[in-house]
Amino acid sequence: MNIFKDAGHLFRFAGLFVLAFIVFLVVRGYVVPKSFGQYGHYRGDAMSDIAARPVKYAGHEACETCHSDKAEEKSKGKHAHVNCEACHGALAKHAEDPAAVTPTKPDTAVLCARCHTATAAKPKGFPQVNPTDHSNGVPCETCHQPHSPAIADAGGAK
Amino acid sequence: MAEHWWGMLIDIPKCIGCGNCVRACATENDIPDGYFRTWVERYHVEDEDMTNPQVISPDGGKEGFPVAAEDAGKYFFVPKMCNHCADSPCTQVCPVGATFVSPDGVVLVDPKYCLGCAYCVQACPYGCRYIHPEKKTADKCTLCYHRITKGLTTACCENCPTGARQLVDLKTPKDPIHVFLRTHPVQVLKPQMATGAKAYYNGLDGSVR
Repeated sequence: MNIFKDAGHLFRFAGLFVLAFIVFLVVRGYVVPKSFGQYGHYRGDAMSDIAARPVKYAGHEACETCHSDKAEEKSKGKHAHVNCEACHGALAKHAEDPAAVTPTKPDTAVLCARCHTATAAKPKGFPQVNPTDHSNGVPCETCHQPHSPAIADAGGAK
Repeated sequence: MAEHWWGMLIDIPKCIGCGNCVRACATENDIPDGYFRTWVERYHVEDEDMTNPQVISPDGGKEGFPVAAEDAGKYFFVPKMCNHCADSPCTQVCPVGATFVSPDGVVLVDPKYCLGCAYCVQACPYGCRYIHPEKKTADKCTLCYHRITKGLTTACCENCPTGARQLVDLKTPKDPIHVFLRTHPVQVLKPQMATGAKAYYNGLDGSVR
């Protein structure tokens, strides 16, 4: 007696399931990126995609390779730890090809006030002035050298 | 596995609220107006009213802050950003594996996988995520992953004039962060949520949320 005699329709049905599963595996193999699951439940290549974005701020080391005179001047003053692009803006394009972009000179009357305008909210030790009383709109560089802002002559502002 | 384990040190007593970090971040990462990967809040606490600080952040602090009145209680600035949590709630809720903690400890979003469902925006206890208005995918601080992987520091740290923000590598024994953490009163935001936050705040006031 053959127990499989009347079970042919079940095998055909099971065959359909197996086929569907194989199709699923093949499609999955194509659709899921190779790097998915490399480090965890995410696409590993996403990290290199994000890391490949272009840089806009070159970083002060790049500036200092050419402008060592300014870096030297700055290193002696109070602004030693203020990086170049904090005032001069994003200049990676200038660092790559100096002729491509000419940096514009910042307006010291506006630029300096961003940090040095007096307000009770700032740390007490931070040098701050009321721009109207202090200079009344005269650009700060009239008296202060931005790269080393202390005024050398005795009796002047520090 | 990875060579680094990145984090950030934020030194509150050094922050002057100039907004340089916010502007630098927007420039470096092309952030649309009105959206922020980092922003600066100004806290104002009057007398003993610790639980009810007045917090302002006009345009994320991008253009600085209004002049504060003298003798009206204490003021301080708190720069905020993604805390790059080691046990991040935002990565745990993503249904499609689009956001993750990288092997070097940076919480990233894969824009190719993100559906824009915004579960992660709701899950972040620090409010650091948003849906990008054009890409319609979740967007957040990448800790300038494209810069730190090239040996540069982040745009916000590069442009902080007082050194109030510093990129730290917790896996490098020579990194000054180790000495700093041992010798300073450092906190993370919302420690009760056990997120493993890696944005370390020095001199953080108790009123900060």
